[in-house]
Parts: sequence; structure tokens; C-alpha cells
Amino acid sequence: MSERTYRPEGIADDFTTGEPTSAADARPEPSGAPSSPRGPQAPQLGWRGMLRWTWRQLTSMRVALMLLMLLAVAALPGSILPQRDQDPAAVVEYLGDHPTAGEWLDRFGFFDVYTSVWFSAIYLLLLVSLVGCIVPRTIAHARALRARPPRTPARFERFPVHVTGTTSATPDEVADAASTHLRGRWRRLPTFRVETGAEDARPARGALPGRPAARTVAAERGYLRESGNLLFHLALVGLVIAVAVGQLMHYRGQAIITEGRGFANAVVDYDTFESGAWFAPESLVPFSMTLDSFESEFATDTVAFAQSRDFTADVTVTEPDGSSRAETIRVNHPLEVDGSKIYLQGNGYAPEITVTDAEGATAFSGRVPFLPEDQVYTSRGVVKVPDVSPGLDQIGLIGYFLPTAVINEDGTAESVFPLPEDPLLVLEVYRGDLGLDAGVPQNVYRLDTANLTPSLDDDGGRVTLLLEPGDSVELPDGLGTVALGEDVPRFVALDLRHDPSLAWVLTFALLALLGLTGSLFLPRRRVWVRSWTSGGVTRVEVAGLARGDDAGLETEVDKAFGALPDVERDGPDGAGRAGGSGAGTTDGRATGSEED
Amino acid sequence: MEIAELSDLLVWAAATTFAVAMIAFAIDLGRRTDERLEARTEARATVGAGASGAVAAPDGAGPAADVGPGGPARRRAAGIGLSTSWLGTAMLGVAILLRGLAAGRTPWANMYEFTLVGSFVAMVVFLVWNLRRDVRFLGAFVTGLVTLFVVVGLNSFHVAATGVQPALQNYWLVIHVGVAITATGIFTVAFVLSVLQLLRDARETGSPFLTRPGFRWLDRMPAPAALESMSFRLNAVGFVMWTFTIIGGAIWAEDAWGRYWGWDPKEVWSFIIWVVYAAYLHARTTRGWSGRRAAWFVVVGYACVLFNFTGVNLIFNGKHSYSGIS
Ligand code: HEM
Repeated sequence: MSERTYRPEGIADDFTTGEPTSAADARPEPSGAPSSPRGPQAPQLGWRGMLRWTWRQLTSMRVALMLLMLLAVAALPGSILPQRDQDPAAVVEYLGDHPTAGEWLDRFGFFDVYTSVWFSAIYLLLLVSLVGCIVPRTIAHARALRARPPRTPARFERFPVHVTGTTSATPDEVADAASTHLRGRWRRLPTFRVETGAEDARPARGALPGRPAARTVAAERGYLRESGNLLFHLALVGLVIAVAVGQLMHYRGQAIITEGRGFANAVVDYDTFESGAWFAPESLVPFSMTLDSFESEFATDTVAFAQSRDFTADVTVTEPDGSSRAETIRVNHPLEVDGSKIYLQGNGYAPEITVTDAEGATAFSGRVPFLPEDQVYTSRGVVKVPDVSPGLDQIGLIGYFLPTAVINEDGTAESVFPLPEDPLLVLEVYRGDLGLDAGVPQNVYRLDTANLTPSLDDDGGRVTLLLEPGDSVELPDGLGTVALGEDVPRFVALDLRHDPSLAWVLTFALLALLGLTGSLFLPRRRVWVRSWTSGGVTRVEVAGLARGDDAGLETEVDKAFGALPDVERDGPDGAGRAGGSGAGTTDGRATGSEED
Repeated sequence: MEIAELSDLLVWAAATTFAVAMIAFAIDLGRRTDERLEARTEARATVGAGASGAVAAPDGAGPAADVGPGGPARRRAAGIGLSTSWLGTAMLGVAILLRGLAAGRTPWANMYEFTLVGSFVAMVVFLVWNLRRDVRFLGAFVTGLVTLFVVVGLNSFHVAATGVQPALQNYWLVIHVGVAITATGIFTVAFVLSVLQLLRDARETGSPFLTRPGFRWLDRMPAPAALESMSFRLNAVGFVMWTFTIIGGAIWAEDAWGRYWGWDPKEVWSFIIWVVYAAYLHARTTRGWSGRRAAWFVVVGYACVLFNFTGVNLIFNGKHSYSGIS
């Protein structure tokens, strides 16, 4: 049996090594002292022996354990230090605040922990170790699945759970009854795999008394436990591969669109676009989408005032074949179009702003998304007006959009509710060269005011312009006028993602869960029955052995014993039962489990 | 807001009741230590007289074998501990229900509620287990921890009962968070078992600190191997639930945030916890690592669970900032 089972080096497992000698040493000694002081010791062999030794070490339990611990430690810094993938701005800020330490941390990949060389090395080694350990185990298990239950051991006294008794039935009847019971109700899916046998008489040997010829039953259940364990480990490998393939093939684009407008699924139509190495632009299905309307709901009760409650975007999707349909996108409910998912990631207001320059020409007209900065949608935005009439200064506006504005006593304005009940646009005005012609890409939501001149009032303070919808006001310093449209359109930030591996990732994750459950909770047990006639009575003994902790082994053996015809258990004075013969009560459970 | 106030009152009452239970259980532990000592002296006397009468059960037999000198000792203090535990748990359960009614949603959407439900689960695990076998020796520690949790929850995490933001309005709130809390409650009891295992083990191996008479109560605990096996059984259940929590969280994140995994601090720590408990399961079966060393993994794992719940919510600024505390 044991030579047919592959065991990773360093595994402590009495079930597969064979029979325990006693209940006491079936458990590890509590002292925690390593029971095998034999540490890794490089053999003095050639390079081939060296390779084999390295491989054996790598696929040993000890190394797997070390790698798991390392993985946990290596994952840690990524939760403490800002990460480029999650928050690139925070990384820049950190580098600014800690120039020296930051540079060193960056050099060692501490701002990209989960793609760093060392993190990848640990999990790849773990995967190699896992494959190296799992493949031979799978082969051995496939063989074991076809093997017979293990031979009936000579002595039952050594087993943690062990019952003896007598019966009026013959040993043959006992063997039949035992095997019927152990096989269970379903023929196709037997509880136990059972083999009955016969033993010749045994002469007395030393302290061992002799025994007449006997019938035996050997039974084993729980092959699925090992299957589950292997499934679990293999599914982990599948999971990692599926995730990696997804990384290579995915793409993701972000677009901000306002009510009544739309976008097409093409790389150029996204504000930002990012994709894996195996991404092919042809995989973008050229559908298009229009935002018909956007609605939001906020709490109005005093406790949670202004907290968001619901967001709904009504959209129309037009497929490449020209057919179109109405859809909605909500938080938690992305819209699926042609294998991609479209998420509602953000929303806000995009007031319609028109700037007329000093010469009366329309220098700018359009919807400007103002990004909300707090719960009441105090939203910040900028308007860059480079296209003024020749000879004039370019104009930059920075300001806030307040959906429901109140003006405080000191003249400042603030928003008190996220819905546009009393909207107000507050602007500061700059003039000069916006620097847009320099060819350096600029953030559309930021105005670099370093080279610009602010408009000041007579006291030297900044001029602030206040506009309600429909207003048109003069810009200071004779720059022209600015007008706010009557309606305030909403905008939504959409995130479109395509990842063809999702179904595989989920499948492997669920298989891993299934395998794990089987591997931890399916009992793996062996039960043996022996029966012989001596002095006109039929004697019966039943023993059980379980893999790992198994509180139900005792019950299993009791049931197997109870299923025999007309049996009577030996009293405590007789041969009795090994292990805690805890009277079969709940206390017995306790004692039994403490012994296993 | 009357229902919410009633809920808060009940939580205070439950915390008080748990404190009473803890004291009762502690008295029971102390008493039994004394009884045992008497039993031992008496046994020695009888053995000296050449008879082999009723002797206290050997150490390893656990608290079930509660045979004092005059037959099974009555454990009135433990009985009080148990009944107050049931009472406190019932009150906490009602408080959680009322909280859900007041907020009009599943009552586990912020740190305060998470604390309540996690404590509730830990108590239920302890009490239900105790129906099947005698684990009263855990009482003082479980009720002690739970009292601490509930009081910290009331004082530091309490927020008003109200609705939740759109990303949380999902059946996954019920499943993912519910399973995570249950796992946490189970890990809590398993942690207690592993700590007792380590203490008992250290006492047996002659740790100078733990061999002091003040730790005599440890002798009444089950043997380290028995504690380890109980702890494992709970940890195995907890680990499977944690695995499910992570998978469920990933499915939810895919819908709510547009990616199933993004190494958000909460995700990082859930992963760390998972890996630590996986390492624990491996340690148990690795030669030289089972027993005491494996128990340390449970301690580390549980520390990570606690940190994931408190530190990650309060210190780091991730997508999981749902504590409701600003
Ligand atoms: C990604 C890395 C790994 C993870 C997350 C992992 C996880 C697990 C888990 C959760 C179990 C518990 C199931 C049980 O106790 O029955 C387990 C069992 C096991 N693992 Fe792994 N494992 C990993 C790598 C490895 C490697 C590299 C090896 C080989 C050296 C290995 C060998 C085993 C064995 C032999 C068992 C069964 C232990 C037993 O007999 O109970 N695992 N693993």
C-alpha cells in the first residue's frame, strides 16, 4: 500500500504510511520539537544528483510551507505603501515626500508589489512546487482508486478504535453482514469499498495467542477526500493560469459622456485605454452607445442626509448591424454588450458654458464635466479657452459647480445637497498663455496657473463670478463674457472592460472550493472485521482507522459492529475496546476524539 | 429612531450579561482547580493507605471526567455562566434583529454591526458546541473576548442605523459579508482553543512563568493534542468559509467595481489571512511542524483577521471604507 502512494517529502501522515502502532504516537508529540531533526542536507553527488536533490527539496512539504509564509509576508507591503496600479497619484506624492527612501523602494518594486520580480518569484516557485508535488500524487491516486482495500492487519488491538464481541451467527454470516452494511445502500456508489477474505489458523507466537481460521472483511472509504485535495491544488494552478491569460487578453477603456451624447467602442473614442499584450484591436466590437438620461437618488432623512441611494443611467445601445435597444446601467449591475461589461463608475454635472471674447466672437462653447469632490457634489472643473481672437490673451476659468448652493454670511458659497435644486457656478478668471501649444499633453481637469495672471478686484482679492443657469456675466478686465446654459446636463463616467477569461477564473475558483470542502470534510476511514469460531462461539472483532482528525470514526465502528447479526459486545472486563472506552455517551465522543 | 435605541440598549445589556458569564466561568475554573488539588491530596492519602479508590481522572481525560472526591462535582458557577451566556446571546440576537429593522436592511453593513454579529456567531458556536460535548472550559475566554468586542464596538464603532450606499445594495452583502462574519466568529473560538493549547503545552514542558500556581487552572483543560484537534475542526470550517468569502467578494467586486481582484488593502489582507491559514493546514501535516508550531499559525492568522477588520478599515483608505466612521 504505502509504496503505491506518493507522499511529498516531509509529510507527516500515519494513514498512508500504514498502521499506527498506538493511539499515542499517532499524534505528534505536543512538545513541538521537530520529530525528525534531519534537516536538508546536500548529498555529495554529481550535478545530476544535486538537481534531483533540489527538486525533491522544492517539492517537499517544508519548502511549500516556507513559500506560503513568504507569500503572506511579501503581500504585506502592498497594503501599506501606495501602489501604481491602484493609485498612481499617491505614489507620485509619496516619492515627493520621501525622495531618498522612495527611490530605493521604487527600485525594488515596492510600488508595484504584485507585479514585482520577488513577489512573482515566490508564487511561481510555489506553483512549481505544487505541480511537482501534485502530479505524482495524482498518478498515485489514480492507481489507488483501482486498488483493493488494504489487507486486514494481524492485530486489531493497536488501533485507536476497536470493538470485540460474540455472536451466534457463523463467521461467514458475519462477513456477509459486515460487507453488506459497509457497502451501503447504493451499489453503484458504495460507501465503503469492501473485500472479504479468509485467513488460515494462526499458531501462538510469543505473547500472541493462537487463533483458528477466520473470515475477514477489509473496507475503505473516502477516496474522494484525496481526489478533493488534488482537485483543489490543481484548480489553484488552473486559476493562476486563467488569471494570467485574462491579463494578457483583456482591455479596458474609460469614457465620460454627457446626457444626449454617446461614444463608440473604438480605441480612439476612450479617454483612457489600456490593454494586455495579446490584445487585438479587432476584438473591439464596434457598437455604440448613447446616454439618454441619468438619475440619482439621495437620502433626505436627517441621519444619512445626502448619502447616495441609487444611480441609474438609461442608455441606448446600437449594435454594428444597426439594431438598437434601450438598456440601463446601475451600480452593481453592469451592462453586458458583446462580451464586454460596461460599468457606471462615476457621475456628476457638466454645465454648458459659453465664453465670448473681447471682440464678441464665441471662443468656447461646450459642456464641461465638473468632478464631484464630496458627498454634496461640490464639483471642481476648469475651462480652457485657447481659441480667442488673434492678439488677445487666452482665458482660463477655474471654479466650482454647486448643485444646491447657499451663500453664507461671509459671502462664500457652498453646496448643501447633491441634486440640482439651486445650482450655482463659481468661477475665478485667469488670462495669459495656457501653454496648450507646447505639445505637452495636459490634464483637462487641471489648469496650470503658474504662468497666468489672475483677475483681481480693487482690494487685490480674486474676482469670483457667480452664475445661475441662464445667466451671462461680464468677465473682469474686459476679457469678454461667460454664460451658463439653462439646463445642467449630467455626465457619467463609464468603464468598459473585456476579459475573456472570467468564466474560467470563476470555474477554477469554484472547483477549488469544492475540492477543498471534500478534502477537509469527507472522512477517510478503514474498517476491518474479523470473525472466527472458538469453543463453539463465534468471536468478532472490528477495528477502525481514520485519516487525520475524525470524530465520527468511533460511531462508524460502533455501527459496523451493531450491523452484525445477533452480536453482543464484550463487557469492560473482557478484551474490551482500545482507546477511551467512554461508555458510548457524549463523553465518549469527547474522549474518542482526544485520542485520535 | 426608537427601535435603534432599543437595539443599543439591548447590546449594552448583552455586554453586561456576558461579563457576568465570564466571571461565573472564571469562578468555576478557579473552584475546580481547588477541588482538583483536594482530590489529588486525598488520592495520595488513599494510595498511601494501599487502596485504589475513587481517584481524579488523569489529566488528559479532559473536563468531561469531572469526578471529584465525592462523585461528580456540581458546577453551579459553570451553570450560571452557561445560562447567562444563553441569555446574553439571545439579547444580542434580538438587538441585531432590531438593528436590521431600524435600518431597513441586513444588519451587517458597517463595523459596529459586524462586531455585533461576529460576537454573536462566536457565542453561538460555543453554546451549540457545548450541547454536543462539554466545552464549558472555553466559557471564560469566549465570553471574555466577546464582552471586550461588544464594548469596543459600542464605544468606538457605533454609528446610527441607516441605509447604505448603492454599491452595498446587493444580495452579496448578505452572502459575502455574512459568511465573512461567520468565519470570523468561528476563527475566534478556534483561536481561544489554540492559545489554551499553547499555554497548556508550555506549562507541561516547564515554562517558568506558566508553571506558577496561578496557572493551575490550565491543568483542567483538555490535553494539548485534544485542544489542537478541536481547534483544527473549527479552523477547517472557518477556512472553507473564508475561501468562499474571498470568491464571493471577487464576484461582487467584478460587478460593483469592474474588476474581480485589485489588491485593495482589504483584498490584500484577506489574501494574507487565507495564505496563513493554508500554511497552518500544511504545517499540521508537515513533519516537525505539527502541534505547537502549527498552533502559532492560528495565533498569527487570527491576529491578521483582527487587523483586517480594525486596522484595514480605519488606517488604510481603500474601496472597503464602509466602516461608517469618519
Ligand atoms: C498555492 C500553494 C498552496 C496552497 C494555497 C495550498 C493549500 C492547501 C490546503 C488549504 C490544504 C488543506 C487541505 C487538507 O488539509 O486536507 C492543503 C493540503 C495539502 N497540500 Fe497544499 N497548498 C499549496 C501548495 C502545496 C504544495 C506546493 C504541496 C507539496 C509540497 C502541497 C501539498 C499538500 C498536501 C500533501 C496536502 C494534504 C495534507 C493532508 O494530508 O491533510 N500543497 N493544501
